[in-house]
Amino acid sequence: MNILAIDTSNYILGVAVIKNHEVVGEWVTNVKKNHSVRLMPAIDQMMRETETSPEELDQIAVAHGPGSFTGVRIGMATAKSMAFALDIPVVGISSLEVLARQGTFFDGLICPFFDARRGRVYTGLYDGDMNVVIEERNIDMEEWLEQVKEMQQPILFVSQDLASFRETIEGIMGEYAVFPSAAHQYARPSYLALSAMKTPASSTHALMPNYLRLPEAEQKWLKKQEK
Amino acid sequence: MNNDQYLLAIETSCDETAVAIIKNERELVANVVASQIESHKRFGGVVPEIASRHHIEQITVTLEEALTEAGLTLDDMDAIGVTEGPGLVGALLVGVNAAKGLAFAKHKPLVGVHHIAGHIYASRLEKEFEFPLLALVVSGGHTELVLMKGHNDFEVIGETRDDAAGEAYDKVARLLRLPYPGGPEIDRLAAQGEAVIDFPRAWLEEDSYDFSFSGLKSAVINKLHNASQKGEEFKPEDVAASFQESVVDVLSTKTKKAATAYEVNQVVVAGGVAANKGLRQALTETFKDTDIDLLIPPLNLCTDNAAMIATAGAVAYKQGHRAAWDLNAHPGLDLEEYGKRGSL
Ligand SMILES: [Zn+2]
Repeated sequence: MNILAIDTSNYILGVAVIKNHEVVGEWVTNVKKNHSVRLMPAIDQMMRETETSPEELDQIAVAHGPGSFTGVRIGMATAKSMAFALDIPVVGISSLEVLARQGTFFDGLICPFFDARRGRVYTGLYDGDMNVVIEERNIDMEEWLEQVKEMQQPILFVSQDLASFRETIEGIMGEYAVFPSAAHQYARPSYLALSAMKTPASSTHALMPNYLRLPEAEQKWLKKQEK
Repeated sequence: MNNDQYLLAIETSCDETAVAIIKNERELVANVVASQIESHKRFGGVVPEIASRHHIEQITVTLEEALTEAGLTLDDMDAIGVTEGPGLVGALLVGVNAAKGLAFAKHKPLVGVHHIAGHIYASRLEKEFEFPLLALVVSGGHTELVLMKGHNDFEVIGETRDDAAGEAYDKVARLLRLPYPGGPEIDRLAAQGEAVIDFPRAWLEEDSYDFSFSGLKSAVINKLHNASQKGEEFKPEDVAASFQESVVDVLSTKTKKAATAYEVNQVVVAGGVAANKGLRQALTETFKDTDIDLLIPPLNLCTDNAAMIATAGAVAYKQGHRAAWDLNAHPGLDLEEYGKRGSL
């Protein structure tokens, strides 16, 4: 079983190739640079160095969001068109679940999150076996923290945006807050591939991004209808 | 030995998700357009984020439909083409990355195509080009006169200094409270009215092929305002007819003047506004008794589609245009620069 994993849903650009359960190649950058320009050259290089031809792939895994709307679509357009062209399944995995896997060996609950601006985050809560404890959502961070504090358990906060929320988290969570080292704050595409192996594929046509947020124009329009 | 050449093209620059397949540069074998017009209507215009969301939902469905329509597979393709710009960046990115995915997976060459070059080349699906040729490009974002002395050789000899013709249509349509999209609505009303109001025509300098439509838009606003102050009212049909006459008069007069000065063999009308009946009639009338051949694409090839990208892409492919895996969306891609890529 050979899998190509693609994640461009946030700052991370991640590409991995898994062959028969072995991670033969993994490429991660964490720089705010154009994913559209860099993704296909990264895939090309990864495939060449691992001596994998597109025809040898059995599955594509892609992080389907939440994250940057445009970033999510860059990965999805690439993954969907490759799966369509090769006639192989494509599996979409939550970008939050991929990130949560960085806490695999943590004894407690894991809270991955991405900055959604204006004090809000995309987040969810997982246990060490990656079972969903609280469904992913787009929520005000303080409101979220008050909610997960009720668990009265140590919670590992995993995020590339940790720095900007650290004080708020410590303020509300107190000693329940646990922070990983920098090496564990970023989603890894090999975890994406491993998640995909356990998830049934949907049809290529039906696979959609999970934005967790309506377009701004639609939010405004809905508000206007309420009046 | 089969020497037929096939190119599949994707177009997602605005609010149509489109895929087409062209055989030997000019023979259309599939042309699929998934329109989103209904989704944008309640917002009174195209919302870029909503357009991009539709593109990602439609892209592989549209691809499959096109291949089914052609009775071909991706293996039959010689190259993959895609609109690289200009257009909405988020929307373009879906098409560009999908095209890269297909080309990479199937080891096919990739060709980036200029959207306006596509609009111009739409006419070549109907009739072979004879250079020199003058293209009048009229759409929501463009009003240009483009001189072509050969394939993919573009010289912009005139362009709008402010609003594009399509923009002026949209603005006046809003003044008249017409539903989105406004252009076709004005065209429809104009056919029922009479050009009784004398709106200005911006001719600009004697030797200029440039256009200006912002003054016309202001004139319409003032006329309607002054009339309502006096308690008078113009029939919307007459406002539409008078406005349209002013636009069409400037467009056809300048096109004729440039076509004569550059001694072109053909005049090609391109872009969404080429679907406008008033403009089609006026241009047909203008070039009727000349030996200049007027080419106007059928209505379905005037609005955005991938057939035009496929046929323009096939020419670019033949000239040696090749995109690398780092191909990006270029919302401000320049037409003249794009054309120069092909001159190997
Ligand atoms: Zn167009």
